[in-house]
Amino acid sequence: MRFLNEFRDPGLATRLIRDIRRMATRRWTLMEVCGGQTHSLLRHGVDAELNDVIEMIHGPGCPVCVTRSDAIDWLAQLCQLPPVLVTSFGDMLRVPGDRDCLLNARAAGGQVRAVYSPLDAVRIAQETPDLQVVFFAVGFETTAPATALAALQAERLGLENFSLLVEHVRVLPAMEMLAAATDCRVDGFLAAGHVCTVTGFEAYADFASRFRRPTVVTGFEPVDLLWGILHCVRQLEAGQSEVVNAYTRAVQITGNRAARDLLDRVYEVVDKEWRGLGTVPGGGLGLREPYRRFCARRRFTQTLLPSAVPPVATELPIHRPNRCRAGDVLVGRLKPTACPEFATACRPESPLGAPMVSDEGACAAYFRYSSSHATHEPG
Amino acid sequence: MTEPTLSCPSPARDDGERITLAHGEGGRRMRRLLQERILPTLGITVGDSADAASLGNVGQSLAMTTDGYVVSPLFFPGGDIGKLAVFGTANDLAVSGAAVRWLSLGLIIEEGLAWSLLEAVLKSIAEAARLVGAPIVTGDTKVVPRGAADQLFLTTTGVGELFPVVPPGPTALRPGDVLIASGPIGCHGVAVMAARERMGFLPPPTSDCASLLPAVAAMFAKPIVPRAIRDATRGGTAAVLHEWAELSGLAMRVDESQLPITPEVAGVCELLGLDPLHVAGEGMMLLAVSPEQADAALEALRGTEVARFAQPIGEVIPRRLSPVLVRRGLGRELPLDEPLGAPLPRIC
Amino acid sequence: MCLAVPGKLIRWIDRDPVAGMAEIEFGGVRRPCHMACVPEAREGDYVIVHAGIALTLLDQRQADRLLADLESIPENSTSPFAPSSAAIQPPPPGGTRNALSE
Repeated sequence: MRFLNEFRDPGLATRLIRDIRRMATRRWTLMEVCGGQTHSLLRHGVDAELNDVIEMIHGPGCPVCVTRSDAIDWLAQLCQLPPVLVTSFGDMLRVPGDRDCLLNARAAGGQVRAVYSPLDAVRIAQETPDLQVVFFAVGFETTAPATALAALQAERLGLENFSLLVEHVRVLPAMEMLAAATDCRVDGFLAAGHVCTVTGFEAYADFASRFRRPTVVTGFEPVDLLWGILHCVRQLEAGQSEVVNAYTRAVQITGNRAARDLLDRVYEVVDKEWRGLGTVPGGGLGLREPYRRFCARRRFTQTLLPSAVPPVATELPIHRPNRCRAGDVLVGRLKPTACPEFATACRPESPLGAPMVSDEGACAAYFRYSSSHATHEPG
Repeated sequence: MTEPTLSCPSPARDDGERITLAHGEGGRRMRRLLQERILPTLGITVGDSADAASLGNVGQSLAMTTDGYVVSPLFFPGGDIGKLAVFGTANDLAVSGAAVRWLSLGLIIEEGLAWSLLEAVLKSIAEAARLVGAPIVTGDTKVVPRGAADQLFLTTTGVGELFPVVPPGPTALRPGDVLIASGPIGCHGVAVMAARERMGFLPPPTSDCASLLPAVAAMFAKPIVPRAIRDATRGGTAAVLHEWAELSGLAMRVDESQLPITPEVAGVCELLGLDPLHVAGEGMMLLAVSPEQADAALEALRGTEVARFAQPIGEVIPRRLSPVLVRRGLGRELPLDEPLGAPLPRIC
Repeated sequence: MCLAVPGKLIRWIDRDPVAGMAEIEFGGVRRPCHMACVPEAREGDYVIVHAGIALTLLDQRQADRLLADLESIPENSTSPFAPSSAAIQPPPPGGTRNALSE
């Protein structure tokens, strides 16, 4: 496919790998922020190829992993109510909450459906007026324009049976939290290219200079990732810490005006609980007026079924008495195996923290690797 | 004729549009459903329908398989549940080295199913059975209350005659054996997902649902006997590779750049974040062939319509840390996970 | 959350500013996508699509330039940033404007 295959070219990748090796005088520790980048790094073997000169720490940018677990539990209960259909991105369905995942909730009789787009959920609501269709709005600023558009369309169509459980997160505040940790081992950041497609990267200049970390807006194909890494290493070797856009075909400095306007119109910035990280100030998005009428929590606790839904509504309590140290793993302070909960209470089928949730999470990768080959020391 | 009233017992009017519970409760309506509708549509004469079919004195080594079929929607581009039920069972026999000769058919019908839908499925079953050359010799029909089934479930059992020499199976694999895909991977899974979720792709991705028997027969005719053959249905190519690795104690290595993938499957998989290796086909199989026979096997396969795009995709290697390795685009060999249930579209 | 894929705009279906849609081609298939964020796209343009909506126009000139630059790095070059580092935009001036007014 055009604009994908060219950036998977093994010849170009080999050259870039050679150049990165040539340039690096020591082993640098970089964090790719976005889960999509993690997926691509692992799938194409980019991290393994560079392992001796670059240590990649997989960042918190997997929205599926960082979505607070009690939101999943809430939907798992909500979908059991006959008029409710919970719609969600497919990769959210397997993610366990504290009690259950949505696939199990469906097996138990709940109505849950995977959709490709939030706009598909709007269409379902339009076609099935006797169902209350709830969309599980997770994701970063990349995804939020799609759910904002869904709210606008629902408004325009006058749909009273469509609502959103908004758990959108904002990536920069979480990066700031990680970088601010005094013992953060990350030397440089590969910023999430598709987030920047929407937001632009003006705000990253302040981040890079404040935390003295080179920050490179990076794409997702192997050549893009290597190009981003090369930019990062060049700066590190030169003692610089600036913002560079290495994903010029998709990212403008100011992002996409129309997409940003959509966000501003429908959402406002809120503090947000991230699974495994705790509360991130300004780390999320919530519906603003007049779109709060599409808020699923509000609808199902105050109007429709006040008695049937558990009263976790507007202020979901956070109770997680465990010793999960996902935050330390995420900043590279701790090897997953050193966490007291690793492989005991915390396992892929019952994860406590973000890095155990997704296949690409550092803890899940270590778990898989070390359980099947106990004698092998993961690199 | 007067309109039926709502008094009990419910009047025995058969409006012909929908199957009702009464059709499954024995008696006249059941007999009429069978004799006037199901059997003729399947091309079976009423006199043939006894409780058990006699297969006669066969004097042959036989193989038998059974499989249940549930798919939503019942009809999808490239196939339907009926075609799937006949070809799927014929393929299970074919990859075991047997040519299907007799089929049984079990129908579990949800009450309310439109007769026109059932009729279309039955016609498709009849046509597919004709194509694989195996009559439906016995069967069963049940009607269950609404909600107890999803429209229509089918079960087919196939009995087939074994070829003189059959593939010994994955335990016979040797390092150096060539892995061949008989056709493009992932077509069925993508087609059904796109149809079920009404994803609006144009052209709609098409299932590869087909009988593999001609391709298997073409090889045995040479004669070439692969060490192992398996149709890559649920779990896709990855599931077969993992199964073979486990049973043989060896490792399977495939080259991503060699995988036959249609532009439709490539586009859908990129968009939904799926790995085509995890997506099911219903008209393709994997074969492991000794290196000496690989070229001849490819030639035989490519001479048949269903396997005209057969391609070597990798080889069997000694066991390493990972049971299944994929040589990805950059040339590095990476472990391939065993599929975790049906693939779900991802966004991150 | 970032699975976004480039596709080619085949034809506009609806020019509405909110409900606007166009048919986008990905490999061997086309799919209607929401265009509210990229109303300026024209037929033949490439857009980057995530979760059913086009997020931005793909800048083909920048794509080609990066590829050309990478292709032209001499084998023994010490700096991959020659000959033209124009593909790299200069760091922006300071300022912390976010997509959302805080």
